[in-house]
Amino acid sequence: MAFHGGKDRLVYWAVQLACFSPILIFVLQAFTGGLTANPIEFVLRQLGVWGLRLLVVGLALTPVARLLRQPGLTRYRRAVGLWAFTYVCLHLTTYIGVDQLFDWRTIGKDIVKRPYITIGMAAFVLLIPLAVTSMDRLTRRLGPRRWKRLHQLTYMVAPLGVVHYYLLVKADHRPPLVYGAVVLALLGYRLANGQIERRRAAARKAAKDAGKSQPLRA
Amino acid sequence: MLIRSAPDLKDCDVTDEGLYLRRREFITAGTALGAALALGAGEAGAAPLAHSPNKMPIDEKPTPLKDIAGYNNFYEFGTNKDDPAAHAGTLRARPWTVTVDGLCKKPGRIAIDDLVKRFPLEERIYRMRCVEAWSMVIPWVGFPLASLIGQAEPTGQARYVAFETLYDPQQMPGQRDRVIDWPYREGLRMDEAMNPLALLAVGLYGETLPNQDGAPIRLVTPWKYGFKGIKSIVRISFVASPPKTSWNLLAPNEYGFYGNVNPEVDHPRWSQASERRIGEFFRRKTLPFNGYGEQVAAMYRGMDPAKLF
Repeated sequence: MAFHGGKDRLVYWAVQLACFSPILIFVLQAFTGGLTANPIEFVLRQLGVWGLRLLVVGLALTPVARLLRQPGLTRYRRAVGLWAFTYVCLHLTTYIGVDQLFDWRTIGKDIVKRPYITIGMAAFVLLIPLAVTSMDRLTRRLGPRRWKRLHQLTYMVAPLGVVHYYLLVKADHRPPLVYGAVVLALLGYRLANGQIERRRAAARKAAKDAGKSQPLRA
Repeated sequence: MLIRSAPDLKDCDVTDEGLYLRRREFITAGTALGAALALGAGEAGAAPLAHSPNKMPIDEKPTPLKDIAGYNNFYEFGTNKDDPAAHAGTLRARPWTVTVDGLCKKPGRIAIDDLVKRFPLEERIYRMRCVEAWSMVIPWVGFPLASLIGQAEPTGQARYVAFETLYDPQQMPGQRDRVIDWPYREGLRMDEAMNPLALLAVGLYGETLPNQDGAPIRLVTPWKYGFKGIKSIVRISFVASPPKTSWNLLAPNEYGFYGNVNPEVDHPRWSQASERRIGEFFRRKTLPFNGYGEQVAAMYRGMDPAKLF
């Protein structure tokens, strides 16, 4: 992706650092006892929450860019999306390798038996092609139309992430509901926007067709 | 070499027999004090409690006080694990009155300090298994619930004991959010309440309870999941039918009336087969009745264990 000038570069690295900072904070907390008495559970949860947060940020970038009239913001979608995938991977690795210690039998049972784990896994699997096709070479090979189509999967992944979160909460459902509301608003925006664009395109096409059939008046 | 024949020790040097016989109490008190100092118990207002030492053999190391008092589920102060430690300062644990009422011959209202003096306190080092699959080992100080029940003299109709936590959103800011239908309520069958393991705890690590652990008085039933251990109790009532319990009201398919620890019966959303002991890396297998089967299993003979969740 093309970044011109020093300011752009600065913003790019600021975004990278912001996305990386939760990990820095965990490391800091590990030394200050900030990971609670149950650090595995805490880190596992927090990694998941950050994965979801960054997914939401990634979805929000386009509407925010329009709202603020800062089209340049959409350039950071890839960085944010890849960081979201990174947190989801770390979340899953922590569950498999640290929480369950590679006890594949239990993990397998969990995936089949526990809806929240089934849904979480589905969300992860759907994210893989998105991460893979973020490589320039593959992006080009897919072509913009197919790439866009494929990456619309995020509209499925984000709600799955919210449901995954909602299902594992014991009683206080407010946090997952907040994420749910934001995701819903963002999806609503896309749908409405798509509708408007389709209507405009149709209008343009109609105007063009009309122009063809009617001879121009001299 | 000079060998002294005169005895060094005189009569007055001999430790008084009464004191000698109580030697263990000094050791316990000293250990408790030492532990409190070493751990920096430093809870504002934590006061030492005179008590007899733990009699139930347990070969597991107690969880450090900072974890017992820093990692809590006490939704009256917020739903995060560190919320209670951060926000329970608003609770006024003294003065405090516990009301004993319902189907009994001697109902009454008892001030917490009288209650603590009325029954000899003892230490009980118990395992605590949370329904969320983590566990601790906690050195409680308290007295058997059976002692209090004995004094209240429940009538023949009393089949259950119901407990209620304080309701006061001023002191318990979490009660402003209706996450739970406040006040928190719990209950036991009469035979469970009379079981010698059932404890009314007023302290831990030899001192009065930190607010976030349920000051000034809470229930401890070590063979049940932690949510049964109702905190900051203001009312104990003797009733004829099964009392409503908070988590059961919230999600009846996930939390039953009994809440007995059972590795075979999963929570509908997660497995109960293993647990993580706070401070340990590896999960350990969860024991039936949290390892207290010998003392409690007989109470449930003939009942379907799958229904005792």
